[in-house]
Amino acid sequence: MMVFGIDPIVLIASLMAASTPILLAAIGELVVEKTGVLNLGVEGMMITGAVCGFIVTMETGSPGAGFVAAAVGSALLSLIFAVLTQVFLANQVATGLALTLFGLGLSALMGQSYVGLKSPSFPAVNFGPLADIPVVGPILFNHDPMVYVALFTVVGVWAVLRYSRLGLILRAVGENHDAAHALGYKVVRIRILAIMFGGACAGMGGAYLSLVRVHQWVEGMTAGAGWIALAIVVFASWRAGRVLLGAYLFGGVTLLQLNLQAAGSNFPVQYLSMSPYLITILVLVLMSAGRRRNALHAPGSLGRVFHASS
Amino acid sequence: MSELLRIENLTKAYPGVVANSDVSFTIGAGEVHALLGENGAGKSTLVKMIYGLVKPDAGAMTLMGQPFTPTKPSDARAAGVAMVFQHFSLFDALSVAENVALGMENPPSTRHLAQQIREVSQTYGLPLDPDRQVGDLSAGERQRVEIIRCLLQDPKLLIMDEPTSVLTPQEVDILFETLRKLQAEGTSILYISHKLDEIRALCQAATVLRLGKVVGRCDPTEKSASELAEMMIGSNLHRPSRPAQEVGPVALEVKNLSLPSLSAFGTPLKDISMTVHKGQIFGIGGVAGNGQDELLAALSGEMQAPRGAITLHGDAIGHLGPTERRKRSVMAAPEERMGHAAVPAMSLTENAALTGMQPKDLATRGMIDWGKARDFAAEIIARFDVRTPGTQTAASALSGGNLQKFVIGREVMQNPEVLIVNQPTWGVDAHAAATIRQALMDLASAGTAVIVISQDLDELMEVSDVFAALNEGRLSAARPAAGLSIEEIGLMMGGAHDLEVAHVAG
Amino acid sequence: MIRLERRAVPAAKLSYVTPVIAVVLTMVFGGALFAALGKDPIAAIRTIFYEPLFGEFSFYYRPQLLVKATPLLLIALGLAMGFRAGIWNIGAEGQYIVGAICGAAVALAFYPLDSRIVFVLAVLAGMVGGALWAMIPAFLKLRFGTNEILVSLMLVYVAENLLAAMALGPLKNPEGLGFPGSRNLTQYEAANSWIAQDLGLHWGGVAAAVAVVVIFVLMGWHVLGFQIRVSGESPRAARFAGVRPQVLVVFCMAASGMLAGVAGYFEVSGPSGQISIDFNSGYGFTAIIVAFLGRLHPIGILLASFLMALTYIGGEIAQNQLGLPAAAIQAFQGMLLFFILGLDVFTNYRLKLIQRGVA
Repeated sequence: MMVFGIDPIVLIASLMAASTPILLAAIGELVVEKTGVLNLGVEGMMITGAVCGFIVTMETGSPGAGFVAAAVGSALLSLIFAVLTQVFLANQVATGLALTLFGLGLSALMGQSYVGLKSPSFPAVNFGPLADIPVVGPILFNHDPMVYVALFTVVGVWAVLRYSRLGLILRAVGENHDAAHALGYKVVRIRILAIMFGGACAGMGGAYLSLVRVHQWVEGMTAGAGWIALAIVVFASWRAGRVLLGAYLFGGVTLLQLNLQAAGSNFPVQYLSMSPYLITILVLVLMSAGRRRNALHAPGSLGRVFHASS
Repeated sequence: MSELLRIENLTKAYPGVVANSDVSFTIGAGEVHALLGENGAGKSTLVKMIYGLVKPDAGAMTLMGQPFTPTKPSDARAAGVAMVFQHFSLFDALSVAENVALGMENPPSTRHLAQQIREVSQTYGLPLDPDRQVGDLSAGERQRVEIIRCLLQDPKLLIMDEPTSVLTPQEVDILFETLRKLQAEGTSILYISHKLDEIRALCQAATVLRLGKVVGRCDPTEKSASELAEMMIGSNLHRPSRPAQEVGPVALEVKNLSLPSLSAFGTPLKDISMTVHKGQIFGIGGVAGNGQDELLAALSGEMQAPRGAITLHGDAIGHLGPTERRKRSVMAAPEERMGHAAVPAMSLTENAALTGMQPKDLATRGMIDWGKARDFAAEIIARFDVRTPGTQTAASALSGGNLQKFVIGREVMQNPEVLIVNQPTWGVDAHAAATIRQALMDLASAGTAVIVISQDLDELMEVSDVFAALNEGRLSAARPAAGLSIEEIGLMMGGAHDLEVAHVAG
Repeated sequence: MIRLERRAVPAAKLSYVTPVIAVVLTMVFGGALFAALGKDPIAAIRTIFYEPLFGEFSFYYRPQLLVKATPLLLIALGLAMGFRAGIWNIGAEGQYIVGAICGAAVALAFYPLDSRIVFVLAVLAGMVGGALWAMIPAFLKLRFGTNEILVSLMLVYVAENLLAAMALGPLKNPEGLGFPGSRNLTQYEAANSWIAQDLGLHWGGVAAAVAVVVIFVLMGWHVLGFQIRVSGESPRAARFAGVRPQVLVVFCMAASGMLAGVAGYFEVSGPSGQISIDFNSGYGFTAIIVAFLGRLHPIGILLASFLMALTYIGGEIAQNQLGLPAAAIQAFQGMLLFFILGLDVFTNYRLKLIQRGVA
């Protein structure tokens, strides 16, 4: 069955893959923001993850090792943000921007001698006969491991935030850091760990771009994906389930736009390339319009500087 | 009575201030012990040390014969010390049960915890629904969350920091019943307050702090309120007063004013009407969170109202913003000094210009005359005895009392027709408070219509000509302040919220 | 153990010293970075900071400093006003591009009319274009409460695509043999913004000098500047004092967009010469660093823009002479911003040594 020359089963399957980078970055940022920290450096962490993952994969030949390296590399990068904002009490907006600028420069520097190389393929998980089930098989059981890692992370974050004591503490720190401190919770420590978790997720998301989507390293290849991930967290009004929805929506738009480009319509390519960004703006407008209701879900201490005076 | 907690020579210094110096006292088992002192006497630092939030520089504590050195609140909780904070340590967006769980070391499962909360709240006459969101609760109910959180851990010592400042008189009675029941079960209570009548009614022993030092110990039941006050303040306080006078014509009138709340968990104003005359002080009481911030914002112009809802000498001003209202000499001083009434990081000169810009003609064609602003700031400092090195000092460097004198003085010096103040003496030492109250009275004597919104009933009774109370965003009918009984005031404030069916069991 | 303790009064003098310390720290850590890349750190730092000013070819590099500093200064001055008020226009790069496109489009529409009116109209078009592009996030913020950071940033990517579309489409040089890119505006005398190319001076430099003075007076003495400062420090106090936040959002966004837009036109009709697919070179983002390095103060920004221009020029020399990769300079600049932000804490807090284990 084909619709407009596109097979819907292939479309859904590739949608899941196309959404994975922003899904990972957004779910990481969701945890960070839940603890009351606004890290605008997602773009910088993603691109650093992209280059770290690519380098290690090329050196070891193992994409799995690449993803681990991406997570570690970006978590270390995010530690700079964590120390500056949590220990040195720097402005979170400015520091996040600095992280992005620094990450873009650092990644270009690290990746110089890897430009133009092609990374090995990352085979799909072998589910045996499950992959042969019609419709469901190609959609659910024919992906590389990272697609499942991303989905598992979303479910994990959702369950932890909703049901566990750890999740309760994370939410409490984000809601009112002074009260959390008064009850004896280590606000700074909890936040630093959350920021590093967000860094690791963003790094894996970036590595998915270089190792799976493009199979090569290109300077500035994230092209705003990190910022879209930030927008998705707002779109999702800080709820894990809706991050998934948001990521699929944007993955779908990107895919559609690429398919239209490939189909060679007469419309100039540049106008199609704008569409994911314009749609991000549109979605932000739609979400913010109902902001009174929405504001209830935003963590109470988001972006505020915490200093224990006593 | 056996000894529960012994405190010996506790000392704690911060840059520029010694918060506690050589503080020693003991609390007996099953005793309600008062810690008495005015704002800035060092009470909060002391209890933070007992609760493990602050580490003392020197001194020792002994709890039930064992050395007690809590380095974090969970140590204190594990040792049987629980605390109800003055500024609640609660999370608005979380449920009652979640808030309680966060204050426990090993909370049971959610369902089990909800059951426990219901049981304890029944036993102690503190009704509370574990599933409600804390942000939607009244101040009194929020305090119950804190108390229940403590009670679930069977504390040996319960610390209560100014617990009645958020309660109506009826709610205070119920709290005291709960505390007496706890005492009867053998729990010791460290009760921090500067309200002398409460201490005389509840406590068996008192330690008085002044400027970080213990200046007296007594059995409060044997002392009069004025004797206690003198121990606390160290001298006889000038009581503000003013000559009786005829009320003038109507200055400000509010008619059927309804406005949405400022924030997600704020209180909307509902159908507020009031009439304030020239030369009159209109006192507005009420427990925190009943629409005080919203009312001040509506009167100052920060929130705009329907045109005719507010009139000044008969002219509609409801739709005007703060600048336009100040041009008409309607001035205001909000509750929060830092970041609302004043900009902490800016100098006193700049803070003087903050509201004095138009009335004092500090700017011509948009260009500010900083020399003139500095003169204005210097005048305020001189007339209100603001202790500061100079006009270039940042507002954040001033003590609460001095900054409040500056903030009130700034409005008073602009000769307002109408002045609205919210919590004018909150967190201010007794001498500064007396200065501020006297300034408000002098202003009224000179013909200004003054609206004082306050949660301190003693203050309102001292300054007001008429009294009304805010309750859940509604304003009661105004009544002459003279001759109002505390019960009548309590009922105007809404009595005991949601406690009609409550009773103390057993 | 060391901990931070809030100062009763912010240490104003320290804010003059911290940028210098940040530069020194960046040299040290940047040198380490260069050493890690196998370059001689001393030589690299010397090449970046000394060569352009006093080296053998400094007669060539000094004018280049002015060329690079001009757009950075214009953009950073506008951004700093917004940052002071807590309004985060992060999309100056997009406003710079759109300003360039609008200015160039107006200039090219008059081609080959020989009148300086064309230049005036083109400059105005650049201002209006940049300002309108910045008004999109401002309008959406005021009308719907959307976050201006994300919207202004998304619009950078939109503007980049628009630029490419323009260079390949409507603004393509009809005599350009099919190559992408517009006519060269420096060869169109009526639209040319150079005053003295050998000094690196074009009309943008003049505009920037005027802007420094105007903004210095505005922030220090004008009511609007006072309101901007109050809003940034305490938004609630600002509303209490009668400041209307909407007015400030519109003013700061429009002013920063206008300055970025006009910088774009001066660049396209001067140093760059034509609209090309990748005409923009990240000035809009580097200007954010400049704004913070200059402590959001116009005079500080003036100095910071030249310092940042120095790292650009020095970086290019190091690229040619030492083979230092271009990206190293970008990382170097990011590092500088980290140090600036990190050191900021000491204006409001002091370090205190506390002994452990005292009960």
